[in-house]
Amino acid sequence: MIRVVHRWPGLLAALLLLVLSLSGAALSLFPAAEQLSVPQAEAGLSVARLTERVLAVHSQVEQIRRAPSGKITAYWFENGVPEAAVINSVTGQGVASADPNTVERWLTSLHRSLFLGDGGRMATAAGAAAMLILSLSGAMLVARRAGGWRRWFAPIRGPFAGRLHVEIARVAVAGFLLSSATALWMTASTFDLLPDAAASSIARIETSGRTGMTAAEMDLLKRTPVAELRSLTFPDPTDAMDVFTIKTDRGVGYLDQGTGALLAWSNPTGWQRISETVYMLHTGQGAAILGLLLGMMALGVPAMAATGCILWLAGQRGRPRICGNAAAGRADTILLIGSEGGSTWGFAATLHTALTAAGQAVHVAPMSSFDPARYRHARRILILAATYGDGDAPATARGFLDRLKTLPPAPVVPMAVLGFGDRSFPAYCAFAEAVARAAEARGWSMLVPYDTVDRQSPQDFARWGQRLGEATDIELELVHQPALPAARPLTLVSRREYGAEVQAPTAILRFALPKVSLWQWLADRGFGRFSAGDLLGVLPEGSSAARFYSLASGRRDGFVEIVVKKHPSGLCSGQLFNLKPGETVCAFIRLNPGFHAGRSRTPLILIGAGTGIGPLAGFVRANAQHRPVHLFFGMRHPARDFLYEEELTGWHREGRLRQLVTAFSRGRMPRYVQHALREEAAQIVALVRGGARVMVCGGRGMAAGVSSALAEILTPAGLTPALLKAEGRYVEDVY
Amino acid sequence: MKLLLAALAMTTALTLPGSAMARPVTLTATLSNYGGDGAYLALYVTDPQGEYAGTLWIAGGKSKYYEHLSGWYRASGGNRAEIDGITGASVGAGRTLEISLDLADVLFDAGYTLHVDAAVEDMRDSPNEVAVPLTSAGAQTPVRGRRYVSTVTYSF
Repeated sequence: MIRVVHRWPGLLAALLLLVLSLSGAALSLFPAAEQLSVPQAEAGLSVARLTERVLAVHSQVEQIRRAPSGKITAYWFENGVPEAAVINSVTGQGVASADPNTVERWLTSLHRSLFLGDGGRMATAAGAAAMLILSLSGAMLVARRAGGWRRWFAPIRGPFAGRLHVEIARVAVAGFLLSSATALWMTASTFDLLPDAAASSIARIETSGRTGMTAAEMDLLKRTPVAELRSLTFPDPTDAMDVFTIKTDRGVGYLDQGTGALLAWSNPTGWQRISETVYMLHTGQGAAILGLLLGMMALGVPAMAATGCILWLAGQRGRPRICGNAAAGRADTILLIGSEGGSTWGFAATLHTALTAAGQAVHVAPMSSFDPARYRHARRILILAATYGDGDAPATARGFLDRLKTLPPAPVVPMAVLGFGDRSFPAYCAFAEAVARAAEARGWSMLVPYDTVDRQSPQDFARWGQRLGEATDIELELVHQPALPAARPLTLVSRREYGAEVQAPTAILRFALPKVSLWQWLADRGFGRFSAGDLLGVLPEGSSAARFYSLASGRRDGFVEIVVKKHPSGLCSGQLFNLKPGETVCAFIRLNPGFHAGRSRTPLILIGAGTGIGPLAGFVRANAQHRPVHLFFGMRHPARDFLYEEELTGWHREGRLRQLVTAFSRGRMPRYVQHALREEAAQIVALVRGGARVMVCGGRGMAAGVSSALAEILTPAGLTPALLKAEGRYVEDVY
Repeated sequence: MKLLLAALAMTTALTLPGSAMARPVTLTATLSNYGGDGAYLALYVTDPQGEYAGTLWIAGGKSKYYEHLSGWYRASGGNRAEIDGITGASVGAGRTLEISLDLADVLFDAGYTLHVDAAVEDMRDSPNEVAVPLTSAGAQTPVRGRRYVSTVTYSF
């Protein structure tokens, strides 16, 4: 729901907000420029003294005003013609025109009413309201995604457009909130919707009937410093009923022009003070630095609008259509989907098609619409659920758990829960697991045990489908190809072979970088922007299922590099292994933002074995800023499968790699990378205490061994891999 | 206070719609190209003693800015009730304001003066832009304003 509230006003208001933010950013420069350029009055100068100086030059002064920047303007008559100028407070002489800057006036007019009068004011107010809604709903989305308000600045993962959208928002949302809320207040004030009119007591005053006292002699004006002055209006000397009017930061007073006596004084009302503060906060007049800050934050709006539109477009393309969806009341199978980005819907579509082909009436719906009372003919409920952020419900599953917990117990139909997630994230399938546990606790029977699908694996999904088919006596074969990004032919440039002698034939394959389209670049699709740790999906000939390899290079390296180990009967690895330079293979990029080195300066502990060195070598290669990197690399034999040996030596010399620790599993003293870690225990503890991030890449067994070794090493220091995982400081890429 | 009461008493007497003691009058105010936003205008009348007699028209919709029509504001006390029904939109630079009223015959050739105050955002207030005696002979004769108003004409 928050997402809907965020999306539609955003898309509609994007253009209007662009105009408002750019004009606002430009306008924010004027108060600062004025503050810098205006001659400031000397400290302690009284209004009486200033008036004397001005009167010496212009005897028929009618008004003196002081802007919050300190600019003093005088208005007078000369030969019956009204004149005005910015005044030097020392000489009383005019130094500049008092007329407003035409550019500033044009921008102001555009910014507040689009040159359309009151109608335009309402339109811009609607823009401000949209901005306010966007800021509030966006802030809630960011907090939800980060896992709570206290983790507002926690690092985020995801495609570039989404990340940029959030990164800008986290800083600029304060400015957006302030600017939009004050804009709405000012509009309300302009349309007289607020009781903030100036209190005036002018109608009640009785004058002495005399005239002739000069302003310079008046007590109150002698006591009032220029710094507090807003305006001093002179009376008509021929009208004894007329009075001096002085406005200061503290209120409005009326002075008798014959005696100088203060006839009446009104303090501003609370409303008026609030409106004045709001005006200052919005315009920066009197708060030039804040104004500049708000202006800079406003510049984030165009980027927010662009990335927001890209996110929306990318989301639109991601969701498949479901044909022939049965009504909830007629269906015998209810298929409930909890999806965030839309990929789970693709699996749902496959399951729907397969079940429908098997003669079932299937109703597909988002989990948030869960309502068992409507499922009159249901014989089973199947739940496919992704997880959002730190174990939260994804967008289409909001409120599901609450509803499940409030239902009457003892349901009659069985349920099955399948979680979708990515093992490299700490809260793998946490939401789906919570759903399965809550359902069992409420007495639902499970058709098949709770299971998961890792990284949209078609194999995992097919296996679950088989079990489901057995449990329901339905002939069920789930062949799901996740909607793959368009694959491009990659040309092999070079290959280096290792390890054949130690029964681990391995090759480093380097491909040429294909050209990318502008859309791919903007939307982070395809080969537009990838870095080491992302995945290369390779489509072997004779199969439509992709195999994934961790990338050992980023786009900036100018090539695509992977490390492949030949499996005895592996279709894909076999084809890759036989590839000769000049030949091509079809491949695409899948982003894996959970396994990026990031831009932090904190030390990195990289742990890998065998082909797991690939992404780790990529991180070291990209480490131009000489972040301290400690690499633990396990292999079989130093003379046989020491992948990247030359490069690692070079990178160490260049300062890209601080330390390299190797472990050899064959030879006179066989040991694994876990052993190397234990030997360096003291150093690892020190590094982790200093904020180091641990990244592990390799086989599942090795990752488990590393995890238990690190648990041993870190426990005495009061740390655990689980704790580090929760902080995003321990990530794995295992296979 | 005395002034305010007198003003209220006079208001009803200034315009007498459809009465035999009144005549239809058209007031035309053309603004100069002063290079600013729309101007607020106050058209009001003072009696032979210079006392405020009543308001004919206020151009400008937002009452919070009326204090900038300072001559009128000071004379009338800024009474909002008095100008109910005789306000309109502000007048842009170079534009013309034209209003038609039934003005009491007694106002003409009896020493009454028509005043126009003007105010423009961020620019100086200009009370008494125009002060012109109401006479039968003066009808149709454009009178120049001081800053924002190019000419003011009243005609029968």
